[in-house]
Amino acid sequence: MAKTLFQKVWEAHTVRKLPNGQTQLFIGTHLIHEVTSPQAFGMLRDLGLKVKYPQRTFATVDHIVPTNELKEPYSDPIAQEMIEALRKNTKDYGIRFFDTTTGTQGIVHMVGPEQGITQPGTTIACGDSHTATHGAFGAIAFGIGTTQVRDVLATQTLALSPLKVRRIEVNGKLAPGVYAKDVILHIIRVLGVNGGIGYAYEYAGTTFDGFSLEERMTVCNMSIEGGARCGYVNPDQKTFDYIKGKPYAPKAADWDAAVARWASFASDPGCQYDDVKVFKAEDIRPTVTWGITPGQAVFIDEKMPALETLNAADRQTAEDAYAHMKLSPNTPIKGTKVDVCFLGSCTNGRISDLREAAKYLKGRKVSPSVKAIVVPGSQLTAIQAVHEGLDKVFTEAGFEWRGAGCSMCLAMNPDKLVGDQLCASSSNRNFKGRQGSQTGRTVLMSPIMVVAAAITGHVADAREVFKV
Amino acid sequence: MSLAKITQVKALALAVPGDDIDTDRIIPARFLRCVTFDGLGEHAFRDERTGPDGKERPHPMNSAQAARIAAAKKGVMVVGFNFGCGSSREHAPQSIWRFGFTALVGGSFAEIFFGNSTTLGVPCVTLSKEDLAECDAFVRANPDVEVTVDVEKLTVSAGAKTWKASIAASARDGLVNGKWDPIADLLEGADSVAKTASGLAYVAGK
Repeated sequence: MAKTLFQKVWEAHTVRKLPNGQTQLFIGTHLIHEVTSPQAFGMLRDLGLKVKYPQRTFATVDHIVPTNELKEPYSDPIAQEMIEALRKNTKDYGIRFFDTTTGTQGIVHMVGPEQGITQPGTTIACGDSHTATHGAFGAIAFGIGTTQVRDVLATQTLALSPLKVRRIEVNGKLAPGVYAKDVILHIIRVLGVNGGIGYAYEYAGTTFDGFSLEERMTVCNMSIEGGARCGYVNPDQKTFDYIKGKPYAPKAADWDAAVARWASFASDPGCQYDDVKVFKAEDIRPTVTWGITPGQAVFIDEKMPALETLNAADRQTAEDAYAHMKLSPNTPIKGTKVDVCFLGSCTNGRISDLREAAKYLKGRKVSPSVKAIVVPGSQLTAIQAVHEGLDKVFTEAGFEWRGAGCSMCLAMNPDKLVGDQLCASSSNRNFKGRQGSQTGRTVLMSPIMVVAAAITGHVADAREVFKV
Repeated sequence: MSLAKITQVKALALAVPGDDIDTDRIIPARFLRCVTFDGLGEHAFRDERTGPDGKERPHPMNSAQAARIAAAKKGVMVVGFNFGCGSSREHAPQSIWRFGFTALVGGSFAEIFFGNSTTLGVPCVTLSKEDLAECDAFVRANPDVEVTVDVEKLTVSAGAKTWKASIAASARDGLVNGKWDPIADLLEGADSVAKTASGLAYVAGK
């Protein structure tokens, strides 16, 4: 019988049926970070349990690390305490830790792919909702809570119920100035922030076939913003090429067998999906959010919605959003003044994002009224960017070049908005207060749109600014 | 490990309205700067409850009703649709539970939030849109009437009203049988786990 990748991976990792009807699912790869793991280690100690497969858990530190202070002890004692707790826990239990001193630290969803830990046909869990990022490689990857982190540490398994699979097909070529970020923002806008509840999203079609792995990661990353706990792209030659030679990639003798195995996990032709949605790439334009959920988005050349065009439930959220954002219905978002520009995050903090941004930034200057920071998602990305001279392009234009981490995506470190500053952000969430100020405002967009905002000082159409 | 069988939660209720209430609103990220869950209860909905000037805002969690629930350490929160969307932070249900809520009634729940709550023994049941509106209105009008979330019978009732509720079958099964924390079951399957692991080339390092 023809099967989806989801079904095949699920079956390969099923340990047994649990008494409550759920599946005990083997988690081949477990990623941990400093925020959602300390309590799990505490529970483990309280129960007198050990880490069952320490070699299948990998750790890094990303959420709380300062990006402008690379020496320890950090001036933030809580950050110091949290990083030291992770050092102790990984040492006590024999877990590999990609620490700040190794040159391999970074956002957990960047470290996995960079190290070749993220592989097709695997199950990946992490106490972070953006774990779906790893689905770009054809893995079933999803976020879990801290008690579940304990479950994986203690048993390398989770109690889960299978998801339905929705195929989201995007076909055709994106117009110049339109990026993977616009694709996922558009999908969420159309299907809704809760449209994916109960589903895994399979992203497919010729647009995805043409995407690099980094572009696929940008899309899979934001599956959760559409309500889908996991999203994936079927593995292909690009996937295998990306993994080849990475530290944890299968070695030469095992390589061909690994590729054959990986390819076998791709959804079979003729398999049954629970739902299918089809989009045309040519219909997608640069997309920005205007509200307080990622689904509240418009094309840059559209007006924000008039309240009377919305249904009752959406209208209530929209009224709340307009009040928070200090924006007016039925007006253009283009031209809205920007105070801060943030380029980074597990959505758009990879080398291809920095290259594309630098390409358009080169020779231009950040508007004097804007504070702009660029935060590479990982140390390896930062090293590569410096090697290519991208850091100079950013600093000469007026961006601050920072160390690797999550930074202003969720502002658990000192990188925060102040007051009601409006931030043009390449991150993934525009929730109220998300960027560290209760009254702060976030407009989500692609990296090139962040650069356009930085230069002009307002929300701008990068296609016009850069004449693309 | 022996856990309580959670067949029913009967307690005072508080309506916390709105759809798409995300986990950043339930517990802002700055309260995640900790290595234990202790003390999270007092910060549930912190930035919704307190303005940038440090003064209390009008919010249901600041009400006398919320204070009664906090004192009783049991309560039912009536919420909207897609409650708990966003991050996987267990800090969100932990803060609600530590504040004093022991059951949630809503239109729909984000999946990770739902799973995290169930594992704490906090049932999250859903009602139809119409029933939820009625339940919400009843709770506001009758703050002294206890609401019963019956996980076994799949109903929510208050006064003379009874509404049909839903919850994932596996969550219901776990709650009513005192197996809402799956760790004991997961540990029992160790031999089967080893068998599954041995069949996975990447786990063996290939």
